[in-house]
Amino acid sequence: MTIASASAPFPPAAKRQGFRLSGEALGTLFAVPALLLITALILAPLVCLLALSLTDYEIGAVSIRWLGLGNFEKALSDPVFRRSIGNTLLYVALVLPGGVFLGLLVAVLVHGRKRSRGFYEVAYFLPVTSTLIAMAAVWQFLLHPKLGPINSALKSLGFAERAFISEPELLIPTLAAIGLWNLIGFNMVLFLAGLAAIPRDLYDAAEIDGAGGPVNRFLTVTWPQLAPTTMFVAVTTSITSFKVFDTVAVLTRGRDGSEVLLYAIYLEGFQYFKMGYSAALTVIFLVFMLVFSVFQAFQLDRRVHY
Amino acid sequence: MNRLLPPSHRLPGFILAHAALLAGACFMLLPFVWMLLTAIRAPDEILTGGLNPIPRSFHAVENFSGALAQAPLLNFMLNGAIVCAGILVVQLIVAIPAAYALAKLRFRARGLLFALVIAGLCVPIQVPALPLYLALAEFNLLDSYFAMMLPFFLSVFAIFLFRQTFKTFPDEIIHAARVDGVGEFEILWRIVVPSAFPAIAAFSIFSIVAHWNDLYWPMIVIQRLEYAPPPLGMLFFTSSESGASYGVLMAGATIITAPLVIVFLIARRRFVQGITMTGIK
Repeated sequence: MTIASASAPFPPAAKRQGFRLSGEALGTLFAVPALLLITALILAPLVCLLALSLTDYEIGAVSIRWLGLGNFEKALSDPVFRRSIGNTLLYVALVLPGGVFLGLLVAVLVHGRKRSRGFYEVAYFLPVTSTLIAMAAVWQFLLHPKLGPINSALKSLGFAERAFISEPELLIPTLAAIGLWNLIGFNMVLFLAGLAAIPRDLYDAAEIDGAGGPVNRFLTVTWPQLAPTTMFVAVTTSITSFKVFDTVAVLTRGRDGSEVLLYAIYLEGFQYFKMGYSAALTVIFLVFMLVFSVFQAFQLDRRVHY
Repeated sequence: MNRLLPPSHRLPGFILAHAALLAGACFMLLPFVWMLLTAIRAPDEILTGGLNPIPRSFHAVENFSGALAQAPLLNFMLNGAIVCAGILVVQLIVAIPAAYALAKLRFRARGLLFALVIAGLCVPIQVPALPLYLALAEFNLLDSYFAMMLPFFLSVFAIFLFRQTFKTFPDEIIHAARVDGVGEFEILWRIVVPSAFPAIAAFSIFSIVAHWNDLYWPMIVIQRLEYAPPPLGMLFFTSSESGASYGVLMAGATIITAPLVIVFLIARRRFVQGITMTGIK
């Protein structure tokens, strides 16, 4: 094993080369820029954030008052903030099952294709690479009540036209549909990698055991074999959808019915400059993210291998 | 096995799979197709709405030149390129030595660094955004390329990914190089790094796509249009009510979307590989 030799990084022969840094000094030297940046860009801001969240600090205010947990109490009783949490969770609840199920479905179907596989891969993956802000503007036009093709199609099919981006109860479902459009190709690629890793002979064995037919094969082999991939996709999808921001910024600017957590943080902190309150909301956001991310970090460790 | 069945037994499944995939593909491609069609349509035709896919008159030149005249789109893209390049170069310079130290060197701070890297994976940019904004404001650094790049100079994800890759590099080669008197710096950059090219390419694609498309942070630190990267520029463009007709707007969206889409079509395999290797958006 190579691990044993790694514990003696400098063989005696190296000493002939005159001055050399020891492993200790060298390791520290290589790690120092990263350690400094972690301190400056993550640790120090985190401490500041926690401190700010306990104050009423506003940019331009003359004095700062210590509020203790006042900001958190205010947030939890603020109907706008509660709505933004509710909307964000509703958005996740729509995008998570849809994103995992549709990503898996598309991947299984694409996996079986030979000549047309390249075309479908491109078609489904294109939304992932495109700039979401620009495409959100396109969606706004597609969904336009008078000018957009979607409402024209609805009308020609005999339905009433709907204002997808102004009727409050339609806002989150519309945003979720765009979110799915943006995400399915990404999940498809992850599932395709998972499918490629399933050994062929498992299918042959299932065949012998009498599990013929596509549905049976999926249930007895594909689905159990994909369990780790599915878990991973579910976690990344939760994280991505919990951070919904871009489409809200373009389509609704957080109007009634589309308040989401990140947009609320943005508005309070960087439009109204209520830094203390915004910091408290960020801490709440961080708690949600930690729950998702702890899962992800554990899985990354198992995933990234060659 | 499926392939042993006569073709007539496979046909229904084949048709069903293609029907489902084609219906989905239409949904995925609809925005792109409609964007391009609208970008070459005349304003009066757009205002009548309807489903007619083929434009009656060709208005592409007017729409595209109108988009370029109404907003400095090329300037947005130049800003995006500068910011992405700056971020990526510093990320690599910082992360590669740190990852090498974690993978192959013994030093006291190693456990601490690795714990911080893992913890850092759980902290998205929106968390340090507020204090970083206050610090940049304090030093009068808002509205600059530096402000846009600063939070991303460190990528704990890059350190993590490269550490995993470097760990698989054979120790024997490193030892042999040391015996030959090759300096540790040279070992890293001339021997280990080239062997990790797939991981570095995968990370680079991930980094460029993420920062080219990032809106949240530029929206916070950039007020002046001349520094806006593509997403922020697009946001200004969509909200400017200066009679931006939909034809012009779609032409602008086409210009903004084109670079990454073209790169993707050229380097499709690398993109897919990048995602399966990193698995993070």
